[in-house]
Amino acid sequence: MSYYLQILTVIIINSILAVSLNLISGYTGQLSLGHATFMGLGAYAATLFTLKLQTPFLVSIVLGAAVAAFFGFVIGVPTLRLRGDYLAIATLGFGEITKNVLLNLKITGGPMGLRGIPKVTNVYVAAAALIFVIFSLGRIINSRVGKSFIAIREDELAAEAMGINTTRFKILAFIIGAFYAGLAGGLYAFLFRYINPKDFGFMRSIEILCMVVLGGMGNTYGAVLGATIITILPEFLRSVSPAIAQYRMVLYGLLLVIMMIVKPRGIIGESSLSNKKPKKLLEKGGA
Amino acid sequence: MELLEGNNLSMVFGGLSALNSVDIKINKGEVLSIIGPNGAGKTTLFNLLTGIYSPTEGKICFRKKEIKNLKPYEITRLGIARTFQNIRLFKEMSVLDNVMIGQHCRTKAGIFGAIFKTPAVRREESFVRDKVMDVLEFVGLDDVYKEKAKNLPYGKQRRLEMARALATDPELVLLDEPAAGMNHQETNDLIKLIEKLNDMGKTVLLIEHDMKLVMDISRRIMVLDYGKKIADGSPDEVKNDEKVIKAYLGDDFRKENEGTDEIKRVKEARRTKEVKQAKEAYVC
Amino acid sequence: MVFEQIINGLTLGSTYSLIALGYTMVYGILELINFAHSEIYMIGAFIGLIMVSVYKLPFIVALLLSMAGSCILGIIIERIAYKPLRKANRIASLISAIGVSIFLQNAVLMLAGPQARAFPANFNVTNLELGNLRISSLQLIILLVSIVLMIGLHLLIQKTRLGQAMRATAQDKETAQLMGIKIDQVVSFTFAIGSALGGAAGVLVGIYFDSADPMMGFFPGLKGFVAAVLGGIGSIPGAMLGGLILGLIEMLGAVYISRYKDAIAFAVLIFILLLKPTGLLSRKIHEKV
Repeated sequence: MSYYLQILTVIIINSILAVSLNLISGYTGQLSLGHATFMGLGAYAATLFTLKLQTPFLVSIVLGAAVAAFFGFVIGVPTLRLRGDYLAIATLGFGEITKNVLLNLKITGGPMGLRGIPKVTNVYVAAAALIFVIFSLGRIINSRVGKSFIAIREDELAAEAMGINTTRFKILAFIIGAFYAGLAGGLYAFLFRYINPKDFGFMRSIEILCMVVLGGMGNTYGAVLGATIITILPEFLRSVSPAIAQYRMVLYGLLLVIMMIVKPRGIIGESSLSNKKPKKLLEKGGA
Repeated sequence: MELLEGNNLSMVFGGLSALNSVDIKINKGEVLSIIGPNGAGKTTLFNLLTGIYSPTEGKICFRKKEIKNLKPYEITRLGIARTFQNIRLFKEMSVLDNVMIGQHCRTKAGIFGAIFKTPAVRREESFVRDKVMDVLEFVGLDDVYKEKAKNLPYGKQRRLEMARALATDPELVLLDEPAAGMNHQETNDLIKLIEKLNDMGKTVLLIEHDMKLVMDISRRIMVLDYGKKIADGSPDEVKNDEKVIKAYLGDDFRKENEGTDEIKRVKEARRTKEVKQAKEAYVC
Repeated sequence: MVFEQIINGLTLGSTYSLIALGYTMVYGILELINFAHSEIYMIGAFIGLIMVSVYKLPFIVALLLSMAGSCILGIIIERIAYKPLRKANRIASLISAIGVSIFLQNAVLMLAGPQARAFPANFNVTNLELGNLRISSLQLIILLVSIVLMIGLHLLIQKTRLGQAMRATAQDKETAQLMGIKIDQVVSFTFAIGSALGGAAGVLVGIYFDSADPMMGFFPGLKGFVAAVLGGIGSIPGAMLGGLILGLIEMLGAVYISRYKDAIAFAVLIFILLLKPTGLLSRKIHEKV
């Protein structure tokens, strides 16, 4: 595969990741710092299905996505009862636990990972997946379910007072987002033919977060744009200065801070982060 | 017929007693107003009735069913809806979408329905849209249905809060200071709206400071002061109750007729006194 | 043998307490998890390292300088990355905090390289024996310094006007402001003190394990946070208690499942959040409606 075609394929896979995190964090307002974990779970599951059970590619990646979705549920149930800040740490914690487990299990190959995955992903397969994701996501956002997600983001307490089972819907957002991320993970595995736990760690989760923040949280096309920029960035940096390319996490950190202060709505400017906190009652007695 | 009954309700927050053995009873079709100075516990009572807090003591029965340990969304589903004193709209959503959230608990489309847009889902969405437009017409917001909630002027935001609550098809509507910040004309419109609601068969529980509104529209008034109920009866009975006049009504009610600036001054003085008391109670 | 593990646990735990205090104090007034705290801890260690290795300064001086440096760093971070977002919604502050953490960690990584540096203790480490029980002077020093710092903090919070202002601000920011307390100053002080404690912990741990590296903040930071939650986030005695308990659990657990030692803290976190999310010594935080 030519170099540019490969980059394009990676952009598409990253777009799926960004769009799926955007569902959880941008539309539903739940900050997840472990999104790469779902990608990893999908990648490993899809790989193992093909390598051990010889299932065909399509079946493998869908099953892989389903596994990821299942873990979205498992992780969501205990953590989504928590407030935003705790949730973020909890997702981070689960990411670390998962990485720890993947490093230690024999079936996942430990620190050596899994190799010998057939090369099936190409730009057309990836594009088809992206189209599916964006289409289904669009339908979901415009439906009763999607509106509930946004209501939860806007004011979770009011949403619950208006009849929404907020915990259930937050978990649902997690499950859907995890499914898409798992799909992307499967595509990733069958592109690079070799995976190991380090590919799906905290650094990757932050990278995906940067894509969403850059593009604007709550904006699907912004997420695609953010994914494109963040994917191309290291290539671009490499040509300018290999040292900076290696330490691009420094830039990511700066990017997050600067974006929040200067352009919380993303570079396009049209997104969800309104600038005011929901109003709280001024004094303790109230009425 | 008794719709809602709360017995011996107490709410203690880390040492501070916000409500102390309060009884409340609402009959179907009534308009009951809760009045009292700031800090009396009125909103706390609302929060107990809608499941946001669980009472430290006491029971709450809605249509004879115990509801004190239910979650807010379960209570809404049973037929109790509320508005918030501080307006908690979904700012980035349109007027239409805000009110549609109200219909959430009366509908059931899930993700598969969403992705595949089955005929059943289409029908449900169409039904909801029509119903929501009806509610918007009822409160007079149908012309701005596309606007983002955050772009509405204050008065319309208050009406949107109400529309959203009404869209949940409630039997009992809890309005928390619906007239706050409204002028004379707007208050009169609000009175008419509540009357229309009542005519439709809805029971209304109201927290208000605007005495004209309260006296005008209530069948019964309940007075809270420092977490305790100090009076409960018809508007005339309450107006003439010694304890009430001393605690709250007297100053404000008299000055109600002497002009709004006076009220503001008195309320401000009382608020400062309350803040000082709170400070003494809280800090170290 | 058990006694030694207990001493190990208390020693490590006391450093967790110092870190936890930083988190809990900031959370108490801003309701923000200062993700960058783990990097302040790490940079504190590096400052101490430089003072000890390059300038050959005695331990106490290095410790104080490191605390001062961390203190200043904390104030700068607050001013640049958190203050502008005080009125914004919570996710924005959270993301900014994560950004600071990532920036600092990788900036130090870029400047100092990934390898761990030796952190000479600069004084004679001896082992004291009391009958069957053994404790190293290093552990004693760490315990002593931690206790002194915690007592100092306690006195500051309970007996000074600044401490009173901090408590009032943590209870109710708006009322405190009505009383004339300058919130900005109180916030800066809180960050200053919390960061100083974090930096001290960094130096102590650096000396304990004779090592400092750019990634050293990640796990202790997380564990310090778990300790803060365990004790009840926002509660200062809770943070002190939580750190010690977590240290003990970790050490005793390490005896049996040493490979997953780091996962213990996470397990504790999940456990608390499921059973008693407000922690052991919590103030119940009700969302105001």
